[in-house]
Amino acid sequence: MVLAEDKLSRARRSRPEYGADHPPEVPLSIHDMTVAYHRRPVLWDVDLDFPEGRLIGIVGPNGAGKSTLMKAAIGLVPMASGRVTVYGKAFAKQRRLVGYVPQRESVDWDFPVSALDVVLMGRYRHVGWFLPPGRAHRNAAMEALEKVGMKDYAPRQISQLSGGQQQRVFLARALAQESRIYLMDEPFAGVDAATEKAIVALLHELRGKGCTVIVVHHDLQTVKQYFDHVVLLNMRVVATGPTADVFTEENLKKTYGGRLTLLSEAAHAIATDRRV
Amino acid sequence: MKTEFDSLVRRGSFPALVCVLGAILAGLPRVASAGLGGGFELPEAEELVRVLTLRDYNTRVVVAGATFLGIASGLVGSFLLLRRRSLLSDAISHATLPGICIAFIAMQLTTGNGKSLPGLLVGAAVTGTIGMMAVLAISRSSRLKDDAALGIVLSVFFGAGVCLMAIAGRIEGGNAAGLQSFIYGKTASMLLRDAQLIAVTAFGAALASALLFKEFTIVCFDTDFAGVQGWPVGALDFLMMALVVVVTVIGLQAVGLILVVAMLIIPPAAARFWTYSLRRMVVLAACIGGASGFVGSAMSALMGSLPAGAIIVLVAAAMFALSMVFGTSRGLATRWVRHVRLTRRVGRQHALRALYEVAEESSPDDPMQPQPVASLRDKRSWPARRLRAHLRRAAREDLMAFDADGRVSLTERGLVHARRVMRNHRLWELYLIAHADIAPSHVDRDADMIEHVLDAGMIEKLEAMMLEDVAAEEFVPASPH
Repeated sequence: MVLAEDKLSRARRSRPEYGADHPPEVPLSIHDMTVAYHRRPVLWDVDLDFPEGRLIGIVGPNGAGKSTLMKAAIGLVPMASGRVTVYGKAFAKQRRLVGYVPQRESVDWDFPVSALDVVLMGRYRHVGWFLPPGRAHRNAAMEALEKVGMKDYAPRQISQLSGGQQQRVFLARALAQESRIYLMDEPFAGVDAATEKAIVALLHELRGKGCTVIVVHHDLQTVKQYFDHVVLLNMRVVATGPTADVFTEENLKKTYGGRLTLLSEAAHAIATDRRV
Repeated sequence: MKTEFDSLVRRGSFPALVCVLGAILAGLPRVASAGLGGGFELPEAEELVRVLTLRDYNTRVVVAGATFLGIASGLVGSFLLLRRRSLLSDAISHATLPGICIAFIAMQLTTGNGKSLPGLLVGAAVTGTIGMMAVLAISRSSRLKDDAALGIVLSVFFGAGVCLMAIAGRIEGGNAAGLQSFIYGKTASMLLRDAQLIAVTAFGAALASALLFKEFTIVCFDTDFAGVQGWPVGALDFLMMALVVVVTVIGLQAVGLILVVAMLIIPPAAARFWTYSLRRMVVLAACIGGASGFVGSAMSALMGSLPAGAIIVLVAAAMFALSMVFGTSRGLATRWVRHVRLTRRVGRQHALRALYEVAEESSPDDPMQPQPVASLRDKRSWPARRLRAHLRRAAREDLMAFDADGRVSLTERGLVHARRVMRNHRLWELYLIAHADIAPSHVDRDADMIEHVLDAGMIEKLEAMMLEDVAAEEFVPASPH
């Protein structure tokens, strides 16, 4: 934690390298992002400044590019154009400030490691090259497991955990990173009620510490209840702002209504046109 | 059965099985020709002792080389298996052939000595690496899946190798005949410097695996997460695959390019059946690899006409088969025993419950009254034979007793057990009705499925929740039906 804050204060003191577009007080700033898969554009000209210390939900229909936005921001998917800054600096220089929770299905849960081993992976960057994680890191990992109510399951092989428990292990791994910004890709997908409660409690705790949490979310019912800030996304940003102002029926209609909007028709035309 | 097969495929056992078949096919012609040439005799006891105690210089070199090769390939193969790239090693090994031939031709034309081993191995490593990168590049940049990319690279490189070998054979003054030994391997002709090279490589592989254990683990388990954390995923991945290339190249001489794959796949696949810990799995894979190298090459030394490479792979395959059946963490026998145990426990509990319930209805004052077996049958839909089997087993365990008329009754011990089982069952039923909103008429089945796996902690919680006063041990709540 000390390290992360140290880096943060340094980041704030230093001059922003991209000028006024990327103010150093914005935890995550996305500018002009366009992403395409096999010539088919998935995100168009996304401009977003995520406010600090909020719980932010990214909401939109299937295929709207929610996960892609998150992955492109942290360099897992190449951008066709755009810039991403974390507290005013390029993401590559600020990795330690960002914790990431991928979708649960993205890994092989049959892998021969225990829950504790997985959480320890969140500490690897703190450990550095070649060394095995020492006792201090083990303690930090156990603490993270305790926060998600999984302390008793630390030695369990991960295939023997339920889906919700696996999700909590993933959250604990991100917690063990001790970051300022957390990006979570559908953490609520297919989890039991106990896990949902645990995740919500965790989100509140993180916000209490001043962390910024960005969550890709698919359940419209719970958006108002969980998030203070919301981004409505469908290939482009439809609306963004405090949940109370932005999460309106009109904006939702714009986001979800008429799946085949002019934009997606244009995208389809580009993808199928042999001349391009 | 289908899911069993799928999970085998996913775990990498399938490539291992393919390797075993390959080894048998590669070994067969030689066994047959040896048989035609007068048959091979079983070794004398004296010779057995001489080989096993490594008294011959030659045997010592070959056995040591094979053992170190097994250790190195077990280590490196573990990460390959977990990265789900087992068959990539097949493409790499086939891609070494053109390199060997090109190196031979180049050296023959320039220095006049085409058979310098270091030169040939460098050539093998270069085209092996190119082949490996070609597979990764094809599957990344096109929409082809890995298996198609593997098939393309493997066959194209091997075809090029066969052509080049024919060209090498026509070069004046050169004797290209020895090149063929890289295809099937020639363990018995291993020289001291070959064994030394293998030993050094094995040590290097062990060192790299130990130092980069955590880095390799995170790249294998969750590449994206490793990338976000800032680990150089591409470089680590390349290093992992480069280790595979190195082990393949040094293994060429020993077991040949067709069978070296087996050394990389079978030991780690076998090790997975014994443990859930990655660290133990890697060590165990090295041990299994080393042991098959040792035993296989010693056996081959005893039966001179059998090729060592194939024997080594067959020994590894035998270990794989043993692991698959008897492995303590996911072996078939272990799982079967677990399943039988659970079935028996559930059967016993059902029998006790049925008998208790019948007794409760017919003679509420004395639950130990004998009851006709037929009355138990109505309690559950179980076939007569299975019911009898359950009852007989319960009788053997002194939980029930049969009287002269064939009726059955609870013993003292049985009554204690039955009360506990009943109590858990009804507690669970009450819980489901009260908290899970399940209709009383449906609750019996649901309670049934879960009560067998309730642990002590859960039962305590249920008691605290469902019974106002934590009642005495033998209190059994009334049925809600």
